[in-house]
Amino acid sequence: MSTQRTFGEILLKVEDVHLSFGGVKALTNVNFDIRKGEIRAIIGPNGAGKSSMLNVINGFYHPQQGAITYKGVTRSQMKPHEAARQGIARTFQNIALFKGMSTLDNIMTGRLLHMKSGLLSQALYWGKYLREEVAHREKVEEIIDFLEIQAIRKTPVGRLPYGLQKRVELGRALAAEPELLLLDEPMAGMNVEEKEDMSRFIIETNDQLGTTIALIEHDMGVVMDLSDRLVVLDYGRQLADGEPDEVRNNQAVIDAYLGVTE
Amino acid sequence: MFYREAGQFKTSYQADQAIFPIRQDLYAYIAFLAVAFIGVPLLASDYFLSTLMLPFLVLALAAIGLNILTGYAGQLSLGTGGFMATGAFAAYKLSTAFPDMHLIIVFLLSGLITAGVGIFFGIPSLRIKGFYLAVATLASQFFLIWMFNKFGWFTNYSASGVISAPPRTVFGDFYITGPQAAPVTKYLFCLSFVVLLALLAKNLTRSNIGRKWMAIRDMDIAAEIIGIPMLKTKLIAFAVSSFYCGIAGAFWAFLYTGSVEPLAFDVNRSFQVLFMIIIGGLGSIMGSFLGAAFMVLLPIFLTNAPHMVGVEISVSTLSHLEAMVFGVLIIFFLIVEPHGLARLWQIFKEKMRLWPFPH
Amino acid sequence: MHVERSVLTTIGAMLVLMTALPWFVGQVSEDVFFEWPFFLEVAIGGLLSGVMYSLVALGFVLIFKASGVFNFAQGAMVLFAALSFVGLKDLGVPLWLCFILTAGIMTLVAMTIERLVLRPLVNQEPIILFMVTIGIAYVLDGLGQMIWGSEVRMLDIGLPQDPSFFFDGKILINQFDMFAALIAGALVAALVIFFQYTKTGRALRAVADDHQAAMSVGIPLQHIWVVVWTVAGLVALVAGIMWGGKLGVQFSLALIALKALPVLILGGFTSIPGAIIGGLIVGAGEKVSEVFLGPLVGGGIEDWFAYMLALVFLVFRPQGLFGEKIIERV
Repeated sequence: MSTQRTFGEILLKVEDVHLSFGGVKALTNVNFDIRKGEIRAIIGPNGAGKSSMLNVINGFYHPQQGAITYKGVTRSQMKPHEAARQGIARTFQNIALFKGMSTLDNIMTGRLLHMKSGLLSQALYWGKYLREEVAHREKVEEIIDFLEIQAIRKTPVGRLPYGLQKRVELGRALAAEPELLLLDEPMAGMNVEEKEDMSRFIIETNDQLGTTIALIEHDMGVVMDLSDRLVVLDYGRQLADGEPDEVRNNQAVIDAYLGVTE
Repeated sequence: MFYREAGQFKTSYQADQAIFPIRQDLYAYIAFLAVAFIGVPLLASDYFLSTLMLPFLVLALAAIGLNILTGYAGQLSLGTGGFMATGAFAAYKLSTAFPDMHLIIVFLLSGLITAGVGIFFGIPSLRIKGFYLAVATLASQFFLIWMFNKFGWFTNYSASGVISAPPRTVFGDFYITGPQAAPVTKYLFCLSFVVLLALLAKNLTRSNIGRKWMAIRDMDIAAEIIGIPMLKTKLIAFAVSSFYCGIAGAFWAFLYTGSVEPLAFDVNRSFQVLFMIIIGGLGSIMGSFLGAAFMVLLPIFLTNAPHMVGVEISVSTLSHLEAMVFGVLIIFFLIVEPHGLARLWQIFKEKMRLWPFPH
Repeated sequence: MHVERSVLTTIGAMLVLMTALPWFVGQVSEDVFFEWPFFLEVAIGGLLSGVMYSLVALGFVLIFKASGVFNFAQGAMVLFAALSFVGLKDLGVPLWLCFILTAGIMTLVAMTIERLVLRPLVNQEPIILFMVTIGIAYVLDGLGQMIWGSEVRMLDIGLPQDPSFFFDGKILINQFDMFAALIAGALVAALVIFFQYTKTGRALRAVADDHQAAMSVGIPLQHIWVVVWTVAGLVALVAGIMWGGKLGVQFSLALIALKALPVLILGGFTSIPGAIIGGLIVGAGEKVSEVFLGPLVGGGIEDWFAYMLALVFLVFRPQGLFGEKIIERV
């Protein structure tokens, strides 16, 4: 599907990023960009630094060296909640939902940056606030319909099976109406049918809402089908960057995946 | 009549967002309020009102306060007593310094002052959590009580350190505080306040800020990443919680005991309120009431039950027995039903929806 | 695990500090500062009472390391042990038998807690476990006083109670406190030997390092918990006897034990030397501030000094002096 697509300007640019914990180097000299409207995959073996890369992008980790340019603004430090305000939303490898809250409430938290009412009007729950709450509820219901999770609307997410929790988490990220959506292994631990559903949601999000997506995934078949361009990491180093066909034939990538030592 | 929701279809999200989406619940709630506002004052004795209902209402208010902070926002606090004392002394200073100030204003202002103190002691919560925070809140507990004991300014330099709430009236000449105040007027005043504040608390917990609190409670890192400002949200929880505890403290001193003394708000009070929300239900406004009712009723039951079966137990043994029973109940609830009595009630209702057809 | 060496270093440093510094100051600097001897006297008195806090904190650390439970009931265990000990003694039981019997009672308490409370709560969140130990504290407080009564009981275990003069009569030190410090030192040494040289001790260290890994090499977790709660119970017994001998056995012991909480915050929840040094800092700090700052604000600083110190400390170093740095992950 990646052949005929054209993309806008650069949305996010990662330049010369180095990240280490104590003596352990998680990322060394990573450079790539993400263009508006594309689906960008970050792949690599376990421990390659993929999740760390996402954590750097949304400000949870601060790289020791290098710069991130997002929407034309370069920065080396950014707090996660600032990133969220700037339109970066994400999901997590190990689901990070609010377990005590219902599906509906979890997805509603995705809307919180768009809700403006003050404390007093929330306490009164009347007039302006009630209208705001209902308006956002309508948005959330659209997402619930889109993800086909109407039946579990009021169920506490702690009681849901794994696949559905992943879906709710995607819903929470979508509710924020992000410009850049980071997905950390959205299909890990899913069966084929669930993977197909999730792929469909990702493609439709990208197609219909125009959301730029950066995703980490292990299933090569899925990655090659979904993504427009890939960046390959191994031991924190960048092995390759390019379209699926290029990457598939890259010798360094093949070596890394098949375990050939240099 | 059966407890059923069949046939009640919601045609708007607004209806679905209501506190009591099921009609029978709403009716039951209205009936309950009618009993509380009309039935109880007509039937209950003064003794019943002033030794049972008043402490119940005041403790319920404090429990709502702590539940907002601990049950909803997940910030464990052992400083409830200190905040209640702040409210009580703020109310005392305000009402003696400005004798003409309306009592309702006095109570609201003392709540606001306590909220300020709560914000101050909530600042460390940005960096610390869990039992670290619990220990930090002990600092506020011990410091505040020490301060009220130590500086004569707070007690208007009274020699004994124990001071009485000055007599004040509302709505013309109804005495609310002081020796002339009738238990019925105190009760009705307190009840109106508590019902109103409980409703506001319920609204907060089901709105945007409530979801932010619960998000921080359930997973603070994820909450930060989706854009919740940590410090601000936690401090709001501290402020709102302290506001409720402060008013509860002021009520305790002005309406229930009639005297303002730091001893009433020592660390044991903090534990008592914590126990109420564990037993009643963490993260439930209704649980706060259930927990408070339990806390007021259990000692009475323990005092009277041995009598009925003809066993005499000394007063000191009784207080130890009480401590043990509370301890056992805390353990029991945390193991079996961490959401407390409120959850048990919910389970009961879910059963009732299907009764008598189990499937 | 570097606990052993650092514990010995700590004890050594403690002893050197406690003897050399006053001696040195007494010899050289009589006129450096007018109130030096008085300051030293207060500081040493504080350090020694800090040892008592350390004793309580030690029990917390043992349980936290092995089971991840923040045991709020440690104070109640101190009271319960002291009550049982003095209760048996007042019945005419000889001291050594009292000790053995109370040790037995504490073992029983540990087994009961493991079976009825900890086992059903395996893998629960730490905060739930913390709250459950508040429940345990109430049960122990109530039970102890119901069985043995709640009046203050004197406990004389034959240690000298009088203060005596040291360093040419310049500094007054309570002999009882000094013995208490010695006993505390001996207790720590015994714990080190237990952890270092016994099979159970090694298993305990393994569990403290990594629950999962310890279980996978066949160490029975529940058995370990009983052992560690028992050891904590014995530490509580020693603390209870010392505190009881100092202040009489009474309910306020449980409140004194609350002060072990700020001690832990200073020292870090997982560090035995931390517990000791934290206790010393809190003890010396609150006595010195009470004597020298107290008069400015009307006294009573001791009530809250430790907590405030901990609060301020937490803001700057949440993991304590010796605790491991917390790295957050997603």
